Amino acid sequence: MDFALTEEHQMVRKMVREFAEKEIAPYIKELDRKHQYSRDILTKMGQQGILGICIPVKYGGAGMDYISLAIACEELERVDTSARVVLSVHIGLNSLSLLQWGTEEQKQKYLVPQAMGQKIATYALTEPNAGSDAVGIQTTARKEGDHYVLNGEKMWISLADVADHFLIIAWTDMEKKKKRDHSGMSAFIVERSFPGVKTGTIHGKLGVRAGNTGSITLTDCMVPAENLLGQEGEGFKIAMSALDGGRYTVAAGAVGLIEACLEASVRYANERYAFGVPIGQHQLVQQMIAKMVARRDAGRWLVYYAGWLKNQGIRNTRETSLAKWINCDAAFDSAADAVQIHGAYGYCDEYDVERYLRNSKGAVIYEGSREIHQLIQAQYALGYRQDKPLRCELPAYDPVEWQSEG
Amino acid sequence: MNIIVCIKQVPDTTEVKINPETGTLIREGVPSIINPFDTYAIEEGLRLKEKFGGKVTVISMGPPQAMEALKEAVAMGADEAILLSDKAFAGSDTWATAYTLSQAIKKLGEFDLILCGKQAIDGDTGQVGPGIARQLGISQLTYVFKIRHLDPESRTIVVERLLEEGREVVETKLPALLTVVKDINQPRYPTFLGIRRATRMQIPVWGAADLPGADSSKFGLKGSPTQVVRVFNPPKREGKVEIIQADSVDEAASILADKLLAEKVI
Amino acid sequence: MPLLEINKEECTGCGACVSVCPFGALSLVDNIATVDDKCTACGACLDVCPVNALSLPERPEAAAEDLKAYQGVWVWVEQFQGEACSISWEMVGKGRELANQRGTILTACVLGHNVGHIAKQAIAYGADRVFWVDDPTLAVYRTQPYANVLVELVRQYKPEIFILGASSRGRDLAGSVATELYTGLTADCTGLDIDPETNLLRQTRPAFGGNIMATIICPNYRPQMATVRHRVFEMPVPDENRQGQIIPIKPNLSEDQIATKVVDFIRQQGEVNLADAKIIVSGGRGVGGPEGFEPLRELAEVLGGAVGASRAAVDAGWIPYAHQVGQTGRTVRPDLYIACGISGAVQHLAGMGTAKIIVAINKDPEAPIFSVANYGIVGDLFQIVPALTEQFKKKLRR
Repeated sequence: MDFALTEEHQMVRKMVREFAEKEIAPYIKELDRKHQYSRDILTKMGQQGILGICIPVKYGGAGMDYISLAIACEELERVDTSARVVLSVHIGLNSLSLLQWGTEEQKQKYLVPQAMGQKIATYALTEPNAGSDAVGIQTTARKEGDHYVLNGEKMWISLADVADHFLIIAWTDMEKKKKRDHSGMSAFIVERSFPGVKTGTIHGKLGVRAGNTGSITLTDCMVPAENLLGQEGEGFKIAMSALDGGRYTVAAGAVGLIEACLEASVRYANERYAFGVPIGQHQLVQQMIAKMVARRDAGRWLVYYAGWLKNQGIRNTRETSLAKWINCDAAFDSAADAVQIHGAYGYCDEYDVERYLRNSKGAVIYEGSREIHQLIQAQYALGYRQDKPLRCELPAYDPVEWQSEG
Repeated sequence: MNIIVCIKQVPDTTEVKINPETGTLIREGVPSIINPFDTYAIEEGLRLKEKFGGKVTVISMGPPQAMEALKEAVAMGADEAILLSDKAFAGSDTWATAYTLSQAIKKLGEFDLILCGKQAIDGDTGQVGPGIARQLGISQLTYVFKIRHLDPESRTIVVERLLEEGREVVETKLPALLTVVKDINQPRYPTFLGIRRATRMQIPVWGAADLPGADSSKFGLKGSPTQVVRVFNPPKREGKVEIIQADSVDEAASILADKLLAEKVI
Repeated sequence: MPLLEINKEECTGCGACVSVCPFGALSLVDNIATVDDKCTACGACLDVCPVNALSLPERPEAAAEDLKAYQGVWVWVEQFQGEACSISWEMVGKGRELANQRGTILTACVLGHNVGHIAKQAIAYGADRVFWVDDPTLAVYRTQPYANVLVELVRQYKPEIFILGASSRGRDLAGSVATELYTGLTADCTGLDIDPETNLLRQTRPAFGGNIMATIICPNYRPQMATVRHRVFEMPVPDENRQGQIIPIKPNLSEDQIATKVVDFIRQQGEVNLADAKIIVSGGRGVGGPEGFEPLRELAEVLGGAVGASRAAVDAGWIPYAHQVGQTGRTVRPDLYIACGISGAVQHLAGMGTAKIIVAINKDPEAPIFSVANYGIVGDLFQIVPALTEQFKKKLRR
């Protein structure tokens, strides 16, 4: 047993915190108000190496471990959810999938520029009529010679308008599609520049207004056969294993959001007076603060445990799902309490807590709604669900290999 | 270019709060940081190294935890680091600090440039930089806003100094000591590669015994000419604010304008 | 490695020292006072201990007769392009007071080239004696020749107290001179007075980002040196009829031995010098962005004032550092300070707290700025400031 973060982890935290506070915090309120996405922040994250934090150096990354990824997510979401979302889709869902399933050629061509932050990547499974029901998707990929022809529409895709690379899940076997047999699905690396790719922005979101969310329309989109990720029929497995990466970053980010709620609440509870004393002296306020502390600490250990499993190369679908479910609920509850502590001031955007509340709701819905995660946990407990070995597992973290130049 | 950067670890004074009941500083939870002005000195050193080659050595005097500040500087890209830490150095004022740092710099050997922040945010004296320059008998250029020109061949440097009336352009010979102001550059963040290097580096700790050429009676409290005799809370300004309330903004503005005109301050 | 010694036998665990420690370095462990590395050897705890269980190491004391050889109060008179800087007359004013208290004379050191008129002014402002050091090498301030001249003069004439303005040049010079003389120097004092019992100069200054004040003495080294910021002390009224002695000094300087050359000077264009401004309109986090300073500039223009800023606004990159008021920026003492969207952190108050009239405009009625302000309006600065500009335009017919 060792619960200590290494000195390296602590320095990573300090660096990402400083970065987030200097490069994101001063602008975020305005960006959020204007529903504006900042490409500039993304560029700086790339220059700082954050977009390849846990990718091996030989693939253009920074060569840090999976715990470092969680720490970066915490620190980014402590400032704003939109910044953490970038890591979720770019690293958690996309780059880690390439690392896990990609051929050497695919890694060189796509993972390297992604890890260096030169290209931005996202992941597209969800469709207008299929979210939790992943086999309900309608997008198809028809093989024609040395190409696949993709048709369909993806929706609620983070960075849809921004990303250069998309990981698209589509049906390649139409018979299996009819039978809802997920072994008929495949995964494709699609570039924005491919013919037939169009993206659009979704407006009017409750939260994460400084983030970009949109749709992708594929109309006879020609994708070279070598851009098939994994093998034909492995799309569902790839999609699900990608979620082990994505959910991990969401769970970690939620801890950061709780931390932000706690910091804001403690500050306000010491400043604001009611009935002649700082409101922190009132026991019901203390209760809300105590719960935030409990949620933050418990959530952090759930995430770090999942991260430790990843570092060891051990499957962590259940642990990651548990962390994602518990932490996202906890973040929403903490944000609601933070607004409550701030009273009427918390209800308007002079303080940040109303943004925390709006931002926290999305993660309770996406990357497995809280209902889906409860089903997953129950199914493991009841013995209905077991992890089967995958043809490609996410590689364990090996500092020597990850930091070698290749 | 052989560049030495002197840094100090300080509590982030913007985070310091006063306990209203006891009147003492609440230092719990106040992060220790590299003195912000020193980060500009580190950055300037790294830029010069990138341009002219050579190495950047960071040096700090302080308690053992000041090692963190040195590691951060290494994570930003500094090549070497030295910590001066010894009970004999404790209680140093600016004179003794400058003396001790200059003795360590002498031990390091040849150098071209020493860079410091213009002052530390906890003490705000700005005296250590000039002190080191005088101890070493080299030119000092304080409040440097820009290095215009540096020629390692002719060993000259031209800088702009930020003074009250404007910017003064000064030329001097190397080796020299520069203290830098905030606007000189935008410091970089530590890099992941740098963080790994820093955590694996063994940074030497020098004590009084490692500076055998020095006069040990000039170290620490006993070598410090100044003494603090009293520490107290800043006096509160007599605050009796008159809040101006009116039905409209224009009316409030009019009332305020009249009051200020009556005060004869305009 | 704290220097504070605690006699564990004597300590009664009363905790008196714990509550007075400004640095939180003391705590009770098993009912005995314990000190950690946060100790700065400031000595705040020594006097409150009822059983004298606390001590700091003894310092060597100088022989009294050595110290007695040092007499008189000195000030350095700073000049720029042949004009004396006003901060120096503030020093002369304070120096006069200190000299009177010590029953001694006040000496002004005037260094420059063709600065005889400044030497005369120094007498008018209150000096009894002027060392007038006039030489081409001293025309423009440079550390090395200026410091060398002053070091020589101090060594020869042995002043007891030497104060300098804490301008950029003053701080540059004082640090070098004090180092060479091996004496104590206290920067940025906000108070100077003589201890009636010990006759020592008590030098009070903010420390720790303005969160605490410290009084500092220099008992065993001479001269006792201090720098003082602009506008901390009042400007004396000059008296052209005052008499004094002007002693011309021929310095032993040669240009080829001075490593530093001043090549050029770029005057700040169109900027009002914040330190000299009578009216300052200042903006903080509440202005929201660089464009948020526009209404403040308009108000400042109508009032003929300067624009200041809090650290928050400068750190966010909305306005250059030159505008920063506060502990790490400029200290100002205007007649009118209008704080717009500034919460009033202690670091900011340290830089403007002595303004004659302070006006606070802030959305948050709880903002600490209101506790130091004379007048306040709670509300949106983007409505109030333009309205105020209009009112002044009307009332001042500008």
